[in-house]
Amino acid sequence: MSAAQSSAPPNGHAIIAQGLTRKFGDVVAVNHVSFEVGRGEVFGFLGPNGSGKTTVIKMLTGLLPPTAGTAWVDGVNVVGDPETVRTRIGYMSQKFGLYEDLTVRENLRFYGQVYGLQGGELTRKMEETIERNLLGPYVDRLAGRLSGGWKQRLALGCALLHDPKILYLDEPTAGIDPVARRKLWDLLFDLSGHGITFFVTTHYMDEAERCSHLAYIYFGSIIADGTPETLRRLPEVSPAGTRRYEVATANVTSALRKARTLPFLRSATIFGRSIHALVDEKVPAEEFGAELRRIGVEVEEVRPLLPDLEDVFVELTYRRAEAEGVPA
Amino acid sequence: MSNPFRGFYAVFAKEFLHMRRDSTAMVFALIMPLVQMTILGAAIDTNVRQVKTVVYDASGVMERAGSTEGSEQSRAFVDRFRNSDTFRVYKYVHSDQDLNAEMVSGRARVGLKIPFDFERRLLRGETAQVLVLVDGSDSSVAGQAVNVSGAIGLDESLQRMLPPNTQVPVEIRPKVMFNPDSRSPNFFLPGLMAVLLLFVTTMLTAFAIVREKERGTLEQLLITPVKPLGLMMGKLLPYFSTGLTEMTVILLFMRFIFQVPIHGDVVLLVLLAMTYIFVNLALGLLISSRANSQVEAMQLAMGIMLPSIFLSGYIFPRDTMPLIFRGVSYLVPATYMLEISRGVILRGAGLLELWRNATVLLGMGAAILMLAAYRFKRIVV
Repeated sequence: MSAAQSSAPPNGHAIIAQGLTRKFGDVVAVNHVSFEVGRGEVFGFLGPNGSGKTTVIKMLTGLLPPTAGTAWVDGVNVVGDPETVRTRIGYMSQKFGLYEDLTVRENLRFYGQVYGLQGGELTRKMEETIERNLLGPYVDRLAGRLSGGWKQRLALGCALLHDPKILYLDEPTAGIDPVARRKLWDLLFDLSGHGITFFVTTHYMDEAERCSHLAYIYFGSIIADGTPETLRRLPEVSPAGTRRYEVATANVTSALRKARTLPFLRSATIFGRSIHALVDEKVPAEEFGAELRRIGVEVEEVRPLLPDLEDVFVELTYRRAEAEGVPA
Repeated sequence: MSNPFRGFYAVFAKEFLHMRRDSTAMVFALIMPLVQMTILGAAIDTNVRQVKTVVYDASGVMERAGSTEGSEQSRAFVDRFRNSDTFRVYKYVHSDQDLNAEMVSGRARVGLKIPFDFERRLLRGETAQVLVLVDGSDSSVAGQAVNVSGAIGLDESLQRMLPPNTQVPVEIRPKVMFNPDSRSPNFFLPGLMAVLLLFVTTMLTAFAIVREKERGTLEQLLITPVKPLGLMMGKLLPYFSTGLTEMTVILLFMRFIFQVPIHGDVVLLVLLAMTYIFVNLALGLLISSRANSQVEAMQLAMGIMLPSIFLSGYIFPRDTMPLIFRGVSYLVPATYMLEISRGVILRGAGLLELWRNATVLLGMGAAILMLAAYRFKRIVV
């Protein structure tokens, strides 16, 4: 074991990644990824498909040894002691990993036993999970007969049965209905209040907005790391000397065409029934509204606007792609 | 420091639940072998009997124009063929063309032609020739027909040459041991037991893991603290009980439906066969480490099973194989099980004669299991 792996700086963080690198042959799937996740955080790990998200998760669960760099999960080194890491973490994938020909109770019992729970402790944990996830009416139903939302609750119950310190959720809400999605996130925040750390990958921007900490990975490298608020205020995303406005108007299409003739307007896009515009900093909201009305736009309201996360990631991706000469 | 079988009990208990839920598949796994057994036991008779034979008896035709009855001497000779169990005369023809046509069409396997001068030559003390046409497309039928017709000719000759009331100088008295009536089921079914166990038990474990791959639960399992050996043993042992049930059913069927006598100790047979079941289950696990779908697993299993059937000595005796194939046959687990089952059931062999076979199987099983566990460790990458 190299010095890098054993010299531990477990500074109380739930996850510490230091220069994590993984090569598959000549392909660098993950390139010097470093970040820290505090305890009780809901950490959103975002990035396009194929950007290296899954590889990072595999390294952080001790499944895949890194080519270089190292990581600590709950203070345990993933390279030196992957087995202990596995007892401290839970994992729920998009596929849920449930046995559809087993009942709710049998699924819970199996995952409890796998993590070494037995006897009275196992029974107590199972009852607790059934109660907390409101699975009571379904305990003897086959998992395959549950709807998507209930499957997900069960999967979450299975993943949390052994009281993991960190729970990895790999696109947990792909393909389930909006109500179940909302409920899941409410549950996650409730649990994070009890000190569980969540590591969540998602493609949904509204979910990203709810995370307390975000990192964005692109082509194997982290290109953004911070709270949603800091990311929105990144200078690359809001260039110096500009500000953003949201313009509510009745006819967005003609309004956009007309607005683009204004000399101080840098860029504009349609968002539903409004237009998001990037304009010169010296133009205040009232003046922007007046100018629009002058050229015939029926303005209902002009509000200052922070970029949303989709703007942030699209902007960062384009910039990185430009810098590296790769297609975005 | 850590338990290499971690997670064994959880997987073990869960596997029984799967078996209970999928009871139709389990019943099917038990019934299928019985169907195959019935087919092989009842339909297949390797003893060559009642071979369809056509006769063209031209003896005496010249003397008695128009007669189709042959001569006295030739009729007596043809009767010797008719009275043997080997030949069944189903037709008489009256020309070489017709005789030939019966053979070419495949309606007759054997054609017997008695020439027109058969009786005349016999009475004059000359050599009378008889033509026996044999269809060589089935080698065992051909061989038996040639041998038996040769023996009939020889016997006929001896009786004509020896003075009455004299003793034959040498007499062969064959005694067929272990299977005195040469019943085919006695020979086939103990071997079939090995083949059926191979088919069913290998697929049980192969499917048990491949199903988890297909449903995405294996991915979940690998992130838990379950160790590869715990997973392997947890999957293997529940199906061990299925394999034993299977074996019991086969044995009962063989003994009581097909009346195959078991000359040795049944308990010993089951104990020794456990090593074979173990090898097959381990083989299924190895297959599942490679295959990603049930179809793929099926193909891989077939690739192993078919050579096993041919090389184990189940159909073709290993003694007649070219050296290289005989060498390969030592790597086939079914070879050892055939020795065990035929040994105990037919020859009444005991532990002293068979412990080597069981030891080899045990070693093979352990090696395959370790290899499968090793491959599962690497699957995640």
